[in-house]
Amino acid sequence: MRKISYWVLSTISTVVLLFSYHTSTSGPLATSSTTSQQPVVSSATSTSGSSTSGTVDESGGSSSSSSGSSSSGSSSSKASASSTVTGSVAQTRWGPVQVELTVANGKITKVSVVQYPNGNGKDAEINSYALPILVQETVDAQSANIDMVSGATVTSDGYVQSLQSALDQANL
Amino acid sequence: MNPGGTTYRRVEQVMGMPISLALRGQHADDVRADAAWAAALASLREADRVFSTYRTGSVISRLDRGDLALADCPAEVAEVLAIAEQARVESDGAFDVRRPGEDGTVRLDPSGVVKGWAVQRAAAALAVLEDTDFCLSAGGDMVCRSQSPTSPGWRIGIEDPHEPGRIVAVVPVRNGAVATSGTAHRGDHIEDPRTGKAPAALASVTVIGDDLTWVDIEATAAFVLGDGAATWLAGRAGRTGLIVYADGRTELVGSAEDVC
Repeated sequence: MRKISYWVLSTISTVVLLFSYHTSTSGPLATSSTTSQQPVVSSATSTSGSSTSGTVDESGGSSSSSSGSSSSGSSSSKASASSTVTGSVAQTRWGPVQVELTVANGKITKVSVVQYPNGNGKDAEINSYALPILVQETVDAQSANIDMVSGATVTSDGYVQSLQSALDQANL
Repeated sequence: MNPGGTTYRRVEQVMGMPISLALRGQHADDVRADAAWAAALASLREADRVFSTYRTGSVISRLDRGDLALADCPAEVAEVLAIAEQARVESDGAFDVRRPGEDGTVRLDPSGVVKGWAVQRAAAALAVLEDTDFCLSAGGDMVCRSQSPTSPGWRIGIEDPHEPGRIVAVVPVRNGAVATSGTAHRGDHIEDPRTGKAPAALASVTVIGDDLTWVDIEATAAFVLGDGAATWLAGRAGRTGLIVYADGRTELVGSAEDVC
């Protein structure tokens, strides 16, 4: 499938690109930050418009979006010229942080964390959020193995009946 | 740190709603956690003192009555009103903190901004806990943080608006915020500022993004936009979401393009 090959090519080229950008980080940081766990198939040049997607990670793991769509290397003739810039290491209260920007046509198309406090950059992309995973039939909080509940604003009065109170009491 | 370790929970009632905290890791259940929790609650209570429309002596009530000039208000009042104005413009008026009161005069009620803003601000008090993950929820809207790549992250259940107490979807969030707007618990409390009517097309909207201030605003605006919610949300960069329609249909919003 063309789209998949675009994604693979652009990812590979991004990885190569990253290797060519020598950062001060040690080890496998750069590569792990660009290969997302759940590639969402998309063309190498991202377009605006409807972005509703049915791609859902049923495994429940992180389905962080594909970096392939935004980190255009040079895999496709459609891809515009882009460059990758790695920032200097910033010290934060959590440890050193280093950020990499991908810029195309003067716009930042991607932000990745190449060095993350306490370890590698796995799952550390900024502004990359998983899609909610629909459950087949609605389930109760216990079977869904969840930590918190998001719902219409619960007032103190309604809280007694709310799921969150069950979670708070369960102290899972 | 013990990433898969016990989750410790605390609850307090502030601003008329339950504030729930879940902590994991090194300072999940010690005096540091006690101090951070106290600081977070103090931050929320301070926001309530300044912004509560129920307190006639609050800064925002005095500002609304004209007893106080904006220049004499604390700086965060201007900050919140600036966010509100940006939200009004970007939602074409679907979100507005100024709307007609019962007597026809325009009233200022920035509660729709303040809640998310205040919780996002309060979360900073918890971020000082080294090697400790937290999830801070105010009545179903929350800030999540994972301090280590080995952290399991937080699994957030999205409540079924048609059947409160049950889960319609789950979203894993390591660092970010989740907000849901709907009518399940309080009835028709969301009003379209353009018409004064309660929107009816949707049962709930959940938005996931980096900052609770904005995902909370966006969930409210999207709920008001009704059938236009999915299109509008898709245009908000870096967001994912779930829309549950009044007829029970669900629609996921967000894809790889939104990462840009």
